[in-house]
Amino acid sequence: MFVNRKAPYGSVYALEGLEVVLISAAFDQDVSLAFIDDGVYQLVKGQDTKAAGMKNFSPTFRALEGYDIEKLYVEREALEARGITEADLLVEVRVLGRGEMAALMDEQDVLIGF
Amino acid sequence: MKFGILVNEGPYQRQSSDTAWQFCQAAIAAGHEIQRVFFYHDGVNNATKLTEPPQDDRHIVNRWTALAEEHGVDLVVCVAAALRRGIVDENLAKGFRISGLGQLVESAIQADRLVVFGD
Repeated sequence: MFVNRKAPYGSVYALEGLEVVLISAAFDQDVSLAFIDDGVYQLVKGQDTKAAGMKNFSPTFRALEGYDIEKLYVEREALEARGITEADLLVEVRVLGRGEMAALMDEQDVLIGF
Repeated sequence: MKFGILVNEGPYQRQSSDTAWQFCQAAIAAGHEIQRVFFYHDGVNNATKLTEPPQDDRHIVNRWTALAEEHGVDLVVCVAAALRRGIVDENLAKGFRISGLGQLVESAIQADRLVVFGD
């Protein structure tokens, strides 16, 4: 499971983290993504980075399905704290409470956080 | 135990790569194996041989090189992250090699634990 904790811009972690996710698809592993803290901003629809001069990589999340990466989990508390609803997100996700997310992380063989 | 190590921070600005190196030393001393150290994000800056700290400071790059030479630890630098930051074969320090992200995923699969250093 890849744990995304950071906003999509402001640091390179989200962009380079997503590159690892794409590569992992080639290794026949049970890949999932968790979005917590500011990481939930990565999935918000309608990102426009022109003014900031950054690369908008959010469309890549829509391509994950083509890599058979379909398990995307978003923490409910993180969404609520930021005034984001499921309808604001650009891909289909499963929204989990903090406790459920913790239990899911506990089941993983490997957690990599970006 | 077999450890995979992921270093996500450059040298000197933060202490993560020092801590990662110390973890490797301690693990080896305790009889464990370091299967691979993978350098990603600004962590790739641990691998430039142009690094020249003042005499009275630790030489982080040379310490990694020594780890590879003395214990045969596989030090792998992500090619995409390295190219973004100007790390190429010409300035790569001894003991490191440049390869792809697949080496990180492989490390996560093969090692008993993957330990991540850096924010």
